[in-house]
Amino acid sequence: MLRTLERRDVTVPGNRSRRLTGLLIALFAVAGLTLASVFVGVRGISAAQVVAGLSPSVDGWDAAVVAGMRLPRTALGLLAGAALGMAGALIQGVTRNPLADPGILGISAGASLGVVLASGLLGIGSLFGYVWFAFAGALAAMLVVYLVGGGGRGGATPATLAIAGAAVSALLFALISAVVLTDVRALEKYRFWVIGALTGIDRQTLAAVALFLLVGAALAASVAPALNSLALGDDVARSLGQRIWLVRARAVAAITLLAGGATAVCGPIAFVGLIVPHAARAVVGPDQRWILAYSAVLGAALLLAADITGRVIARPDEVQAGIVVAAVGAPFFIALVRRTRLREL
Amino acid sequence: MARTFRLSIAPVSGVVSRRAAAVCAVLVPLVGLAFVLEIATGDFPLPVADAIAALTGTTDAATAFIVHSLRLPRALVGLLAGAAFGLSGALFQALTRNPLASPDIIGVTQGAGLAAVAGILLGVGGGLALSTVALIGGVTSAVAAYALAWRRGTTSYRIVLVGIGIAALCASVTNYLLLKGNIYQTQQALHWLVGNLSGRGWQHVRPLAVAVAVLVPLALLLHRWLLDLQLGDDVARGLGVPVQRARLGVLLAGVGLVAVATAAAGPVGFVALTAPQIARRLVRTPAPPLVAAALTGALLVLAADLVAREAIPGTELPVGVVTGALGGPYLLWLLARVNRVGSRG
Amino acid sequence: MNLRANKVRLCYDDRTVVDDLDLVVPQGRVTVVVGANGSGKSTLLRGLSRLLKPAAGAVYLDGRAIHTMPTRQVARSVGILPQSPVAPDGITVHDLVRRGRSPHQTWWRQWSPADEAAVTAALEATSTTEYADRPVDELSGGQRQRAWIAMALAQQTAVLLLDEPTTHLDLAHQIDVLDLITDLNREQGRTVVLVLHDLNLACRYADHLVAMRAGRIVAEGPPGAAVTADLVDTVFALRCQVITDPVSGTPLVLPYGRHHTLTPEGTP
Repeated sequence: MLRTLERRDVTVPGNRSRRLTGLLIALFAVAGLTLASVFVGVRGISAAQVVAGLSPSVDGWDAAVVAGMRLPRTALGLLAGAALGMAGALIQGVTRNPLADPGILGISAGASLGVVLASGLLGIGSLFGYVWFAFAGALAAMLVVYLVGGGGRGGATPATLAIAGAAVSALLFALISAVVLTDVRALEKYRFWVIGALTGIDRQTLAAVALFLLVGAALAASVAPALNSLALGDDVARSLGQRIWLVRARAVAAITLLAGGATAVCGPIAFVGLIVPHAARAVVGPDQRWILAYSAVLGAALLLAADITGRVIARPDEVQAGIVVAAVGAPFFIALVRRTRLREL
Repeated sequence: MARTFRLSIAPVSGVVSRRAAAVCAVLVPLVGLAFVLEIATGDFPLPVADAIAALTGTTDAATAFIVHSLRLPRALVGLLAGAAFGLSGALFQALTRNPLASPDIIGVTQGAGLAAVAGILLGVGGGLALSTVALIGGVTSAVAAYALAWRRGTTSYRIVLVGIGIAALCASVTNYLLLKGNIYQTQQALHWLVGNLSGRGWQHVRPLAVAVAVLVPLALLLHRWLLDLQLGDDVARGLGVPVQRARLGVLLAGVGLVAVATAAAGPVGFVALTAPQIARRLVRTPAPPLVAAALTGALLVLAADLVAREAIPGTELPVGVVTGALGGPYLLWLLARVNRVGSRG
Repeated sequence: MNLRANKVRLCYDDRTVVDDLDLVVPQGRVTVVVGANGSGKSTLLRGLSRLLKPAAGAVYLDGRAIHTMPTRQVARSVGILPQSPVAPDGITVHDLVRRGRSPHQTWWRQWSPADEAAVTAALEATSTTEYADRPVDELSGGQRQRAWIAMALAQQTAVLLLDEPTTHLDLAHQIDVLDLITDLNREQGRTVVLVLHDLNLACRYADHLVAMRAGRIVAEGPPGAAVTADLVDTVFALRCQVITDPVSGTPLVLPYGRHHTLTPEGTP
């Protein structure tokens, strides 16, 4: 059984119109960020060129940059950000643990190992090939961390899950190191991928991953109402007629698709799934359906904002989105740990 | 009690468990054997007898030179760093009562790694300078973790969780820095980051030896308080333990040991995590036994280095690859057993 | 060993739980603190044992404020068993009881014949010698509680504070533990302060009863004198009838609920 954490959160009793308004505002923010992502970049490209780049017949180098790099990158930011946000919301809902996210719980590390094994060792090039390894890795890591973090007296407390996640992540990244150290080419590719970035995506891969992420999102939406009952504790949920193992299985499948898919394309990005559900919860309260919706939108916003920031702050160089998110996310995580009153086992 | 025996040379007296004494009595010659074999191995393999003779100073000048200037410092770094890692891991696991807690995840090793990689990129050569930089990095991140976890006192779990956040941030920035260097620097950095005994000389041994000579007795002195802290803060305070100070003392010893060991050998993975667990299973105590953990750590590192040097003829693997490759799956097996046996494993 | 609290105020974060409380713990007697949930009973015990530092006022042990004394010294005089203590995985009863000797040990004298004797005596007094080698988490609730009490006993303190030592125990074990505590008080003359939930057991076992409400002491004294229907109403917001327990001769509280009442309240 999970222990509930004492928090000093104030759950705001939202009403429907207030939540809808908030969601619309968030959507507007995302739209604005999308525009910014297309118009802003490392190379200064004038607005006219950008518009030109958006048209089907592309010509000129700047236009090519817009069409070939900024548009796919923006689209990926939206998709992956939403996916990571939703994955985080689901994980926090299923484990009843506010300190959870795909990065912290080793899921990203598992997906990364899958990708490295597939593309490094086995030489599988296409997303449709290696994404399954990513899913397998993500799923395996999730199960191991939950089993391991849930062992011991007291069950799966937020602290033991986080520690289990860190230990399993360490293990997985060590295995990854072992693979890439032996192969210089793999190392060269890996060190760019492991940062967590939105670059280097082509249209086919983007379309392919979009497919998996949309399926994951649909699964997530379908399981969100059940998570509300689960939040009351296993026994209460059962007495309300939920089949717990089925709910958990669907949630785990959704998390695998969302987190595994996003990691397969962008590399492991941590903390998006941590921050965004907290922000969502602060606005809409504990209703998992609203949290999920907000997490998707806010996740997209966060990742896009991080990417844009990374393009702007180190001109002519670039700081990858994953680093920017970590620079913001780690302090957020620490602040969260400080606020929460944890009881020792 | 027949299971312990009491030593007393008035006015000093203590009690030692028979099993612990027996285990240590077996470990010491094993460590000695590994040490001698380590000296005997290398580009010019020495017969074991010659290696022992070189240690006692009764051999020819050429052999003595090889042993004293090349082999002996390397073996000593392996021995001392291994012991330091093992003991540090035991301290952390006892303090948090969690078999997965380790200095690896508290941010010390990641901080040291970040400092070392930054150093390499800035042109700091190997040797003492790099070790010092790494030491500063490790200690800084540990201090930051403690300071950030402090809020009218602190708990072990909060320190570890904040450490996880700091570790994630450091790892992210480290990955970024790995991108910035050329491929040669990246390889050099990765070879340091994985944990390596090659090229370790007397300049590495001396600071390590001093630190070990100071911190190991400190840790053993704190052992009594550590046992009391295992019963919970309230009971410990009731038994007269100054809880915050005791915790700080144990942390200082643990952080000091792991920082110095990391500075000398790089973050050799999984020794701090698995050595205490192995020792605990051998001695069959609820908490990791300190001396046995140190001896086990030394044995693991020396044995792993032997394997690393001999496994693939012609090349020398870094010791961290072996500890990672073996330690990781062993850790998983250990943890799987925890779950099967119940809360004790 | 004289333990008393003088105008003590105890707070958690910014919340004051106990305010302006005076208490003199009768030496060599069993004192039981009762009160509703949240009345501050456990907080008071924590304050008396220096687990919680008073925001105002002080707790005095033989005239010295315990917060000025080194914690080790206090630990040799005052022992506390907190609520629901958690033993580390796999620790045996013997190891647990040995920890109780900690305040008497120094880094150079880690084990002496006195320690050995204290542990053996504690095991015998609590009848835990037969399972001294078994892990604590394998024992039943009653046996586990005895093991913890043995640890507190090995500490050989003149004062023993026990916070709800009978929670989660079935009735037989509750009586068992309380009888054991009475033995310790009668045979060894230790001052004992207990927090109990069960008012009737408190009446039976207390020499001195302290009733608390909202952080203040509402009444104290021998149960026979202190426990009246009015007191129970004030402390627990419960209408009742108080008779004399035919088994022990101490007050027995019979509550009036909304159902299952034979005679309306007020009629004898």
